[in-house]
Amino acid sequence: MTALLIRDLRLAMRAGGGFGLGLAFYLILAVLVPLGVGPEGDTLALIAPGILWVGALLSCLLSLDRLFALDYEDGSLDLLATAPIPLEGVVTMKALAHWITTGLPLTLVAPVLGVLLNLPAAGFGWLVASLLLGTPALSVIGTFGAALTLGLRRGGLLLSLLVLPLYVPTLVFGAQAVVRGAAGLGTATPLLLLAGITAGAAALLPFASAAAIRINLR
Amino acid sequence: MTDAPAALTVDSLACARGGIPLLEGVSFALNAGEALVLRGPNGCGKTTLLRTLAGLQPPLAGRISAPPESIAYAAHADGLKPTLTATETLQFWARLHGQGGVTPALERMNLAVLAQRQGQHLSAGQKRRLGLARLLVTGRPIWVLDEPTVSLDSASVALFAGVVREHLARGGLAVIATHVDLGLPEARSLEIARFRATTRAAADDFLEAFL
Repeated sequence: MTALLIRDLRLAMRAGGGFGLGLAFYLILAVLVPLGVGPEGDTLALIAPGILWVGALLSCLLSLDRLFALDYEDGSLDLLATAPIPLEGVVTMKALAHWITTGLPLTLVAPVLGVLLNLPAAGFGWLVASLLLGTPALSVIGTFGAALTLGLRRGGLLLSLLVLPLYVPTLVFGAQAVVRGAAGLGTATPLLLLAGITAGAAALLPFASAAAIRINLR
Repeated sequence: MTDAPAALTVDSLACARGGIPLLEGVSFALNAGEALVLRGPNGCGKTTLLRTLAGLQPPLAGRISAPPESIAYAAHADGLKPTLTATETLQFWARLHGQGGVTPALERMNLAVLAQRQGQHLSAGQKRRLGLARLLVTGRPIWVLDEPTVSLDSASVALFAGVVREHLARGGLAVIATHVDLGLPEARSLEIARFRATTRAAADDFLEAFL
């Protein structure tokens, strides 16, 4: 299974692999928001957690439709489905590769963007912690959405509509963790709920994704 | 290659495409070292039969003796990535199937000089040869091939026929859908059109279209 992970990471890093697409979008969003909202530090500090989390979510969404589409079009997915590793393992590795190329870089760059958005100093740690706990759920849920819309022409719109409602709990608890952390309040509850969503999604959704792919390959 | 002598028995198999039954009553038996060539006009269900054999879709009825784990499937599409080199592509499939080196497969398919070339810089025939070289690194005894010779020149067709013959000599099996003469006189031939499904009723169930 590591062979699949290495292949997907290699494909993402090479030309046209889409690595950096979400990251660039995240940077642009965080740079443009202060320009649009204005230079009042208090306003920016108020909206920073929400903007940073919404940006991370949309950046994840941006690369989801490529997750299986390329493998489906060139026939690799058929061959992967007949390979010795179970399809559940395939989708888990795909989700992991997506997180490493999207969620992880977003998490690492978020503190820098926090400075641009005048995030209170107390919030930085919680921003990284909440993104680290929450972005895996975004990748796993997104993998499920990509599996459901596999083979549809221009399935990106349907994918967004399917996935966005499922992203809402992650967004709410993730942003709340940063808001509360920045205000010096306790963050245990939102972080635990966030971890719960990630653990539950990672445990259950690969089976649903694999079943969706099996049906779509027929 | 697995140690147990492989065999493939298909018993009154029925399969459907998009919820519409295409074939029914397909039966044949292959022993180790035998090849079967499927023939029939376009759209008669050759690809559907091969996908069913490969385990990509469940049969409507009937039985396939060999488990999908013993079958290596090669489709119309080669599953190549434009940014991966020939060696990287084969190494990926070899590791996925728990197999070792890829150099013999590259050399056997006359790809050694192209080993470091990326998929996007290969010609159609070279891509096809690389796609077929994947069969050699799966280590699986039953090859299920869908039009393997498309875009191959006559020399490459002969090369591939030799590869299939070696595979058969090692106790392997092959089921090949093709329109051209592969140069495998020992292979048996099966006309698929005579298994055309006459019952068209199975698709009335809503779930049938999805499950």
